[in-house]
Amino acid sequence: MKLSLVAEILEATFLCGEDRPDIEIDKAGGSDLMSDVLAALSDHSVLLTGLTNIQAVKTAVISGVAVIVFVRDKKPSPDIVALAEKHGIPLLSTPCSMFLACGRLYNAGLTGLKGTR
Amino acid sequence: MSSLKKCFNIRSRDFIHAGEASITVQQLLKQMRIDSALIRRIAVCGYEGEMNVVMHGGDGRFCIEINTERIVLDISDEGAGIPDIARAMEKGYSTASDAHREMGFGAGMGLPNMEKNADEMFIESVPGCGTKVRMIFFNRST
Ligand SMILES: Nc1ncnc2c1ncn2[C@@H]1O[C@H](COP(=O)(O)OP(=O)(O)O)[C@@H](O)[C@H]1O
Ligand SMILES: [Mg+2]
Repeated sequence: MKLSLVAEILEATFLCGEDRPDIEIDKAGGSDLMSDVLAALSDHSVLLTGLTNIQAVKTAVISGVAVIVFVRDKKPSPDIVALAEKHGIPLLSTPCSMFLACGRLYNAGLTGLKGTR
Repeated sequence: MSSLKKCFNIRSRDFIHAGEASITVQQLLKQMRIDSALIRRIAVCGYEGEMNVVMHGGDGRFCIEINTERIVLDISDEGAGIPDIARAMEKGYSTASDAHREMGFGAGMGLPNMEKNADEMFIESVPGCGTKVRMIFFNRST
């Protein structure tokens, strides 16, 4: 599914990367534990997280996460948005909780990081 | 491919710059057209190792040596050291503080992730002096 549809389903706003709504996403993972993201098959995925610090973006860069969605309306500071922009990682912010955001994307057909449902 | 070596300093407790060595190396390996799955493994090991130095260790150094057959990552620091390495290697074992946990670290999965992603890993540590972690990756694609 296209990133623009992910944003629509989650009623999310783009903090950066809105110039690339056509990125294709088919798997997602939700975690606030960075080692879990690094250990999982998280490349080319959407990362749903409540963590808005600089390590969340660096973890995404290292593990090849395509897009980060911050849940519960969280927004990182401008320097962190700038870092994501520099590395080509769109950042979105959704009013949904972690539970709702995962549920909505699952319902819309995304798989887990291992490709299972 | 001839041999290439790069080193970076890591500053203890410097969370703003933590991870920069690993991200720089990741970009370098991409430019060198190393296999992308191998790059990911090296980047994950580098980043977990770098975070360990920043969180638990002292000031340190991050060196990577890239050869045709293998890539060697050495991450060392002059910090408190690890009193019981076998225990530190256990999944879930962590001495991280609440502040580390709030940043998403301290799950006790860093060293196990590094061991899983490296082809070979060696740890040496002297309490009170510091820690050296060496990770070796075989560059099978070339
Ligand atoms: N460079 C280091 N210096 C001192 N202690 C370390 C170092 N690296 C790891 N450790 C110790 O090993 C433990 C386990 O490390 P790790 O598996 O990466 O988990 P975490 O970093 O989440 O605590 C750490 O909590 C710490 O006690
Ligand atoms: Mg660690």
